[in-house]
Amino acid sequence: MASPIKPDRSEADFEDYKPAMREHGAVVEANRCLYCEDAPCTIACPTGIDIPQFIRKIATGNIYGSAKTIFSDNILGMSCARVCPVEVLCAGSCVYHDLHEEPIAIGKLQRYATDIAYQKGWRYFEAGEDTGKSVALVGAGPASLACAHELRVRGHACTIYDKRDVVGGLNTTGVAPYKMKADRSAEEAEWVLEIGGIDIEHGVEIGKDLTWDDLEAKHDAVFLGFGLGPDSSMRVDGEDLAGVVGAVDFIEQFKLGTVDLDGVERALVIGGGNTALDVVRELVRLGVEDVALVYRGTEEKMSGYKHEWAAGKVEGVRAYFQTQPIEFLGDEDGNVRAALCVEYDANKKPVAGTEHEIAADRVYLAIGQGKLGELVGDLEGVELEWGCVVTDENGATGRPGMYAGGDCANGGKEVVNAAAEGKAAAIAIDAYLAQAGGE
Amino acid sequence: MPDLRANCAGIKSPNPFWLASAPPANSGDQIMRAFDHGWGGAVWKTLGTPIQNVSSRFGAVHHKNSRAVGFNNIELITDRPLDVNFKEIYEVKKRYPDHAIIVSLMVESKEEWKDIIKRSIDAGADGLELNFGCPHGMCERGMGSAVGQEPKINEEITSWAVEYSSVPVLVKLTPNVADILPHGMAAVRGGAHGVSLINTIKSIIGVDIDRFVLEPRVDGLSTNGGYCGKAVKPIALHMVAALAREPAFNIPISGIGGICDWRDAVEFMLLGSASVQVCTEVMLRGYRIVEDMIEGLEMYMREKGMETLDDLVGKAVPSFSEWGNLDMNYETIARINPDLCIGCYDCMVACHDGAHQCIFPGEDGIRIPIIDESECVGCNLCQIVCPVPDCIEMVEVDNGFAPATWNDHVNDGATLRPKKGAH
Repeated sequence: MASPIKPDRSEADFEDYKPAMREHGAVVEANRCLYCEDAPCTIACPTGIDIPQFIRKIATGNIYGSAKTIFSDNILGMSCARVCPVEVLCAGSCVYHDLHEEPIAIGKLQRYATDIAYQKGWRYFEAGEDTGKSVALVGAGPASLACAHELRVRGHACTIYDKRDVVGGLNTTGVAPYKMKADRSAEEAEWVLEIGGIDIEHGVEIGKDLTWDDLEAKHDAVFLGFGLGPDSSMRVDGEDLAGVVGAVDFIEQFKLGTVDLDGVERALVIGGGNTALDVVRELVRLGVEDVALVYRGTEEKMSGYKHEWAAGKVEGVRAYFQTQPIEFLGDEDGNVRAALCVEYDANKKPVAGTEHEIAADRVYLAIGQGKLGELVGDLEGVELEWGCVVTDENGATGRPGMYAGGDCANGGKEVVNAAAEGKAAAIAIDAYLAQAGGE
Repeated sequence: MPDLRANCAGIKSPNPFWLASAPPANSGDQIMRAFDHGWGGAVWKTLGTPIQNVSSRFGAVHHKNSRAVGFNNIELITDRPLDVNFKEIYEVKKRYPDHAIIVSLMVESKEEWKDIIKRSIDAGADGLELNFGCPHGMCERGMGSAVGQEPKINEEITSWAVEYSSVPVLVKLTPNVADILPHGMAAVRGGAHGVSLINTIKSIIGVDIDRFVLEPRVDGLSTNGGYCGKAVKPIALHMVAALAREPAFNIPISGIGGICDWRDAVEFMLLGSASVQVCTEVMLRGYRIVEDMIEGLEMYMREKGMETLDDLVGKAVPSFSEWGNLDMNYETIARINPDLCIGCYDCMVACHDGAHQCIFPGEDGIRIPIIDESECVGCNLCQIVCPVPDCIEMVEVDNGFAPATWNDHVNDGATLRPKKGAH
């Protein structure tokens, strides 16, 4: 049984960055949709939601059908509505851009329809007739949830193994709270699991508490959805000082519990990716007055989304570009007091003689997460690349009956990618199980 | 600056914009405020034996993000005492001598007509409008459209009014007839100085699908009402033009029906309206809309080099012909401007499902639809659905065939070009 999300969490007071739509606003926006044929927004959606169709149904007041359209392609459509970077996916492809007009607010409309579906308790899917087959899913994140749901529709029994006691993976522990809070993700997981026939074994780490051989012996197929590992280290002196914190770890702390940043005046966030951009905006909301990003490349080279950084800037975040810490300096009590940095040139090479200190009483490392591919690296047929599990386009690894999807295979993408990959793998597993016969 | 002064059947007004006989022209206070906003004339809400109205009275068709593109009402003629109305007419006319006040009338007997016409003219009416059009309530009592649908009764009552009146008489026609012409001609024969059309169209505006009752709902029942607003404009334009193009019909027209802005007004005038009347848009937006109507008309006339309304009224009437006179060999095809196209493919799906299957997806990853010009029949559907102004153009094709109408073909064996898209 998953542990319930505690009500007392630092994230609880965060307000939505994109507030929910009300009925009239949703209808007006839905009516603006041009209802494109072979629509660019749908093409841009990793799960291929028929976006013009669900939007038209909002316009006519057929919310039941609208949400059905969404969930038919993406069972995690409720969370994706909130956490998807629509600016670079569906809404980013909206033809209104070419007219120099605002794109349709697809994410907000999707949230409108799916929120109502949850509120009304509408359910659209039933488990298929029992096939007698059983599939193990490793990790309880979005990829496994999407995969398990599709497998249940196709009648296969599912067991999800997770070493943690929460469900939803990073959707629960890692999403910026101004997009979605932990309890909403947990609610989604419960809603998905209501299809029935999906067992969850918490506190079980495969390879430790249960061997891969045992797992494969117990089940007819295995789906790997174990995500990424802990925050990466910078391997510089002073990382062990109090106040130098891994970003993903920190996010989980204030999402599932509380953090106390009273007295923190100046925080530095190291990195230029989306986790770094989340953390700076979260720190602003947690009350830190001076929040700055420290990134070794230029502003243009940041891998984080432009729209996220633009929002961060509006919210008052500063940045040191082409700057890289080479050591963290502490005070006599062992608390971090500054980052010793050097300037980087255009080729991300340090420039001699540019050492300088940037004062900080908190430092958050957002330079990536470890890859966990080595968990299955020794299994015959499984290939790894940069620590990720290699699969074909249907999620199949080189090992018969073993499939993978989500961050552990794609290296760290969006929830919507995990949802798409999990579902695609389920369809492939279904075909595999049919072919494997009574094995 | 163009001269906007209008003269419709001898009724003069500073501009052609009149309030139609309806709720916005219900009282002296309202009409004076309308004149202050710039309206050139007003047709006073129909006088007769004051009635009592029901609740509610109005219904509307909303479409997408537009509210009340169609409107209907089950309200009747004035519910205010006649002497109050006449007193107010007198006051308004005294204060606004240059504006047109036309009094709409609806009574039954000859004596009643004689009496009410005299009192209207004594109050200062510049003209009269005989309400032969109301399609709800009053017609059940033998008035309104019950008169307008019977040319003989129309002609007879018109002749009474003309006999008793010293000011111009307009006959307001109902559109609830198969062909407007006999009814317009009845007014001509009765001696009317002009006609005004259209009155509202008999309608059921909608059904409350939760209560299973028509709208607008009067407790558990409703009744048919009169349809008006932007949505009725095409029907009104046709009826106005049908009279304007008839040589035997030789009296002025005051155009009514879905006029919301200066463009609509221009269209009515191009089809022969010497003045235009507005109700619904004023009910929805207020008298203030007239400012834009005046400016828009002035701008339009300046751009076209027109000095007076005479340069405008009826200018498009000759273009209204029978189908058999259309040139069958005139050919157009659709062309998409690739620089403007946004790749929505709305034209493609419309052509594929609703027209002649000649628009196809772009090739080589370029989302600009491709038109098979050998199959395009030039129907316009793609241009209509295209959300981008001027992106799809209907281009004239020189196919080498001399102009030939269907009538030419039938009567004289003129050669028609081969049919397109007929497999």
